[in-house]
Amino acid sequence: MILIVDLCHKAESLSKYEFVDPIASIVRRTGSEFKVRHFSELTAKEIERSDGIVLCGTPLKDDLRARRIELFIWIRDFDRPLLAICAGMQVVAAVFGGEIVPQPKIGLERIEILKETDLLGPPGEIEGYHLHNFGVTLPSGFDLVAGRAGQIEAFKHSGRPIYGIIFHPEVRNKWIVERFLDLG
Amino acid sequence: MFLGVLFSGGKDSVFACRRAMETDSVVCLITVISENPDSYMFHTPNVRWAHLIAEAIGVPQLLWSTRGEEEAELSDLRDAVAAAKKSYGIEGVVTGAIESVYQAARVQRICRELDLWCYNPLWQIDQVEYLRLLVEEGFEVIVTGVFAYPLDESWVGAKIDDRLIRELESLQKRYGINPSGEGGELETLVLDGPILKKRIEILRASKTYENYRGRLTIEEARLVDK
Repeated sequence: MILIVDLCHKAESLSKYEFVDPIASIVRRTGSEFKVRHFSELTAKEIERSDGIVLCGTPLKDDLRARRIELFIWIRDFDRPLLAICAGMQVVAAVFGGEIVPQPKIGLERIEILKETDLLGPPGEIEGYHLHNFGVTLPSGFDLVAGRAGQIEAFKHSGRPIYGIIFHPEVRNKWIVERFLDLG
Repeated sequence: MFLGVLFSGGKDSVFACRRAMETDSVVCLITVISENPDSYMFHTPNVRWAHLIAEAIGVPQLLWSTRGEEEAELSDLRDAVAAAKKSYGIEGVVTGAIESVYQAARVQRICRELDLWCYNPLWQIDQVEYLRLLVEEGFEVIVTGVFAYPLDESWVGAKIDDRLIRELESLQKRYGINPSGEGGELETLVLDGPILKKRIEILRASKTYENYRGRLTIEEARLVDK
């Protein structure tokens, strides 16, 4: 079962249609079982029973999850596939000691994939939709997968299938979510 | 949260408004009227009737005019949203964008500049499922403009129903048409729906059609009790 985590400022917000439902829709189309939970309602049992977790993005002005990082400490010990999108990537960076830094970007931009991974495939270029006010620094124990220092597009934990991507794969790059579902 | 909806009277803005009304307070409907019939950003056919739909919904409308030139149009939209913030105290803007990164990114930038939330409750929705949802929820929507091969004259003024949705689904597979028309293939007007307290009755309208471009121009309409 895939756990899709809503990181918006409250459960059942108007933003859920925009940041959570598109991910749920991709997962549904693949036939994978899934459950959607708001980050404030996640239980240890649900985390333990999941085969993989997706942390979804949020609106530009929504920064509540960044002030509630203590609710995400479980990620430190999580050893199954985790895909952290945009705000989710910021959470993963903060949990592992990276920094969340001002780095606004809106719209489609080219992304350079530097390192081959099971998620993004071989090095090359893709175009991705960005919607964020903040980027991240590379936490220790993570590899830079796409972008560059100062503009990290994707990173991966060096020992576990934990990925962060700052762009939104649900727009123009649904294949990334589909590949994530195959990681398990 | 107090929200303003970018509102044309077409199905996407009306349905986005419905979703916003379920979670937040919609305090104004922002309608930008473009003098350019091929506007980059704004739905144009029959947008002058959006005031009737706003009245039926019971939310004040803020009308703003633009000449419809690509970049000036954006600054006009910014001014309209700023006016809504000042007059109605909106804290966020709602759009009916589905797939258009062009539209969505521009509205996001305007909201960021004006320190407003931006909501796109139809973003990336499956377009055929969305059309079915519209019909299931009781929206009466007609096609007021067609602008793509192979949409013939019979589409102009047609009501979106199960048969039409099946046809759009088949055209999507054969010709790559966006079933919701967001690629500019078709434009719509809402005549009735669950958030409308009255329905729109068209009293007089005329059709034009040539080379896969057609319009239904509404000349006279009124609100009637449901």
